[in-house]
Amino acid sequence: MEFPEGLKYSKEHEWVLVEGTSATIGITEYAQEELGDIVFVELPEVGEKIVKDDPFGAVESVKAVSDIYAPVSGAVVETNEILPDNPETINDDPYGDGWMVRVELSDIDDLKDLMDADEYAEYVAQQKEDDDEEDDDEDEDDIEEDDDDKVK
Amino acid sequence: MRYTPHTVTDKERMLREIGCASVEDLYRHVPQSLREHAAIGLPAGLTELEVRRRMAALAARNDSAADWSFFLGGGIYHHFIPSAVDATISRAEFSTSYTPYQPEVSQGTLQALFEYQTLICQLTGMDVSNAAVYDGASAVAEAVLMSRRIQPAKKRRVLMSRALHPQYRAVVATYLKNLDDVRLEEVPFDAGRGATDFEQLKRLLDDQTMCVLLGYPNFFGVIEEPAPIRAACDSVGAHLVTVTSEPLSLALLKPPGEFGADIAVGEGQSLGVPMSLGGPAFGFFACQNKFVRNIPGRLVGETVDSEGQRGFVLTLATREQHIRREKATSNICTSQTLCALAATVYMALLGKSGLRRIAEINVARAHDACARLIAQRGFASRFSAPFFNEFVMQSENLSQLFADCTARRMVPGIPLAPWYPELKDSFLMCVTEMNEREEIDQLVRTSAG
Amino acid sequence: MSEPAQDRKRSQVAPPKLLFESGSPGRSAVEWAGEGAKVEESIPSHLLRRDIDGFPELGELEVLRHFTGLSQRNFSIESQFYPLGSCTMKYNPKINEVVARLPGFALLHPMASPEHLQGALAMLFELEQMLAEVAGMEHVSLQPSAGAQGELTGLMMIRACLSERGDPRKKIIVPDTAHGTNPASSTLCGYDVIQISSNDKGVIDAAAVEKVMDGDVAAIMITNPNTLGLFESNIEAIAQIVHAKGGMVYLDGANLNALMGVAKPGHMGVDVLHMNLHKTFSTPHGGGGPGAGPVGVKAPLRDYLPVPRIVHAGDKFVLHEIEPKSVGRVRSFLGNFGVLLRAYTYILSLGGDGLAEASRMALLNANYIRKKLEKSYQLAYNEPCMHECILTDRIQHKNGVSTLDIAKRLLDYGYHPPTIYFPLVVSGALMIEPTETESPETLDGFCDAMLAIAQEAKDDPELVKSAPHSTPVRRLDEARAARKPVLRWENGRAKSRSTDP
Repeated sequence: MEFPEGLKYSKEHEWVLVEGTSATIGITEYAQEELGDIVFVELPEVGEKIVKDDPFGAVESVKAVSDIYAPVSGAVVETNEILPDNPETINDDPYGDGWMVRVELSDIDDLKDLMDADEYAEYVAQQKEDDDEEDDDEDEDDIEEDDDDKVK
Repeated sequence: MRYTPHTVTDKERMLREIGCASVEDLYRHVPQSLREHAAIGLPAGLTELEVRRRMAALAARNDSAADWSFFLGGGIYHHFIPSAVDATISRAEFSTSYTPYQPEVSQGTLQALFEYQTLICQLTGMDVSNAAVYDGASAVAEAVLMSRRIQPAKKRRVLMSRALHPQYRAVVATYLKNLDDVRLEEVPFDAGRGATDFEQLKRLLDDQTMCVLLGYPNFFGVIEEPAPIRAACDSVGAHLVTVTSEPLSLALLKPPGEFGADIAVGEGQSLGVPMSLGGPAFGFFACQNKFVRNIPGRLVGETVDSEGQRGFVLTLATREQHIRREKATSNICTSQTLCALAATVYMALLGKSGLRRIAEINVARAHDACARLIAQRGFASRFSAPFFNEFVMQSENLSQLFADCTARRMVPGIPLAPWYPELKDSFLMCVTEMNEREEIDQLVRTSAG
Repeated sequence: MSEPAQDRKRSQVAPPKLLFESGSPGRSAVEWAGEGAKVEESIPSHLLRRDIDGFPELGELEVLRHFTGLSQRNFSIESQFYPLGSCTMKYNPKINEVVARLPGFALLHPMASPEHLQGALAMLFELEQMLAEVAGMEHVSLQPSAGAQGELTGLMMIRACLSERGDPRKKIIVPDTAHGTNPASSTLCGYDVIQISSNDKGVIDAAAVEKVMDGDVAAIMITNPNTLGLFESNIEAIAQIVHAKGGMVYLDGANLNALMGVAKPGHMGVDVLHMNLHKTFSTPHGGGGPGAGPVGVKAPLRDYLPVPRIVHAGDKFVLHEIEPKSVGRVRSFLGNFGVLLRAYTYILSLGGDGLAEASRMALLNANYIRKKLEKSYQLAYNEPCMHECILTDRIQHKNGVSTLDIAKRLLDYGYHPPTIYFPLVVSGALMIEPTETESPETLDGFCDAMLAIAQEAKDDPELVKSAPHSTPVRRLDEARAARKPVLRWENGRAKSRSTDP
């Protein structure tokens, strides 16, 4: 799994590329893998304001919808025009051609809450471990015997 | 009759496998206090023969179109249904299958629904149709909800023609009662023409108008003039929703898509579904392409399988309740698929020329009956606007007419008083291809007093 | 695009065409004797259309062959075991079909006055009472067209009742195991949804309800047994908590097939419920309806029931269209009458004793399957289930085989798969509801297939992952259908093989 160095990452699995006061936003490789084949992307309009931690769009696969949460606040200056007709670009190139919106940052301090590549890589590893643990816990519950089930 | 195949031996074997002494053991999690009072106080079951006899006796207590002359429309129509329709929907592969969630083994239902969607688009002239909703009334309600999802928040006035089917209007009101932001207002009809009062409509339209609901034809059978209404809606950015409870009329009339309706809905019963006391039938729902992600109900889409063969699947499911849950476009799950299939078979059998032909016969018989009746003393045509197969007849002595007709096993129409007090001297009469010339003769004779 | 390898020993039958891809101009299957008609004499020409472009033009045999061929590409209860959880795919009796087609029912017009409909109204009135008896409720309306519409109706009645008390409230509590229609119906009724989690035993704790129950909660929607196939053992305590703060209890009756003669929702503290006649009461699913979702209420909600109401006045039945406190009409005419008629016939056939036996055998069958599969598949909950049981793909996932793969492979064995990936709280859920009309031999055959697939998942996972292999079509590309929706046929479209990559 890739974690490009020059990007910042949010807990909701978005990445941010900061260039001066402008930020490009997309979803990470981990996110697109979890979602599966993406069939539709709902993006904000140019000019709209997005607010940090609030949903600003959605990504749909065949069987699920996921909100995308704003990692930073700002005004939308551009959206990726190939996505309406080719949403699968997010699956193919989540950090490059699959970018979603470009915003003009309203508060540079928002970036402080984001993770860098190493921190995010750890975060993802932890997420995967947690998923495995949950499954292990379920196994343990099953092993416990329920007295009522014993044959009379 | 029970339909459970388990013998005593079967039960014993299965209980041994499970590790229980009795079936009651399987219920031990259910509190005793509940189990004590759970006996069902209904008589013992009947054999199939007993059921047949009982139901035949119940059926005999009804007056049906089999031995009565009905001139009844008002949203449900007596039309000829070719034998092949019932033969098809009686096939258990269609009737006992489930919603096609496993498309590889549901290509029959899915392809038929794709064909249904196409036929509705062709009939209504619209871009896209869903796979049917419950009935015409709830289709109108769903159309209003859809308009609300699309239109900006300041547009929340719904203008509903009073000439729209009274039950449909009632259902819309029920659905909207729970949404605080929508205002429902009625547009009167022109007392002379029987169509929506255009001047009044224009006066009511403003930039807060979300949509206009127009019967096409309306409840009185009148064919509304759609073009000026479309233009008026355009001037304020309101959606135009047409409502057609007699879709056979669309074989002849300009389809809603051609005059730019945003949403076209209606009742599909006319198209090959038995009257069956008003249900089950189905509501059709069609709209312009740009609204497709907001449409309620199931959608069937074309795709390919892993070997490139064409196939069909339920699609755009993320709109629906099982995925979107509280943000779904509708709560609809089970709808009316088998009835939509009946309509598909019906339209396939009649085809381009057949549907037109039956519609023409409806027009001919209805206009002939109307002309002959108004030639009788004491009868007058109530409205001047053109009609398809239904019209409003004014009668000097309504109750006498109905009594005389009952004595001859006829029902001349639907008295309008319950919904339109100002029309208490009038009734809504429908004539279809199922009303033979002799029936109309008899009605005319009876009306002569 | 290269042509797929042609296996000349496989069937060479061409895939089916669409109605619009066959036929010949001018063809029709329906003849009509008698007069032609000049429509222009009656209707102004500016109101008229041209011919319907693209409408089919086929003969009768062509049409029948078309639809017969399509039917052969469907699984159905009458052809295959169909253990869809929470769908209750039981046998749909043929006698019900015969009755529904009697002209004295099929040719009734709803706008004829009630004196012409006394047999029909008597039947409906009696059906209301039968359903009330089964569910332990006091009054029933047969109007709603399906379970979801029943839910909406029930919530509207709750809202009307509370509003009349001057206390409308804004929220509905919905468990995480609820069917999607529950929150969707709540939203349609203008409510906000509060979701609560089931505990690790798969049921709702009274304490969890207590935590969120306040004076702004109108009701809790609860399914019993729930979608995990488990009896909500705390339901009476939960009802008390909700009632104590002035709220109501709505029961989603989709799983009523587990409860008949066992426990009545009316005794559990339920104020209003719906039932699914196309589940518990054997009416055919039709590939997606029609169904019916009657609602049952206790006395305090009686006045809010939808109209029209069927009233027994003297020795006649009449219809009341106006009831001052009613929530109003929820659909046209008298509901899905043909479906109601079939359910009535079914209840007559089974009687009280037969319905109780149905539930007992439904439980027996579900537990039998659970026991036979519990060593090869992980159970979601290690305790006796009611009428349905849930397995997961946890064991098979170790070889990369998922619930979806298992489901698709079952098709090759000639079984319709169980419900998959629902409820959402169980990862990779396979929800199996056999119903009572299945014989032990059928269950054995199904279990053998499931065990074979479990073995295949170990020995040859690729076989399972690329299933199905023997169905009329292979696995379909649903992503493509969603990305580029093609929702109708149009003139000039590609034929039965795709030429697009």
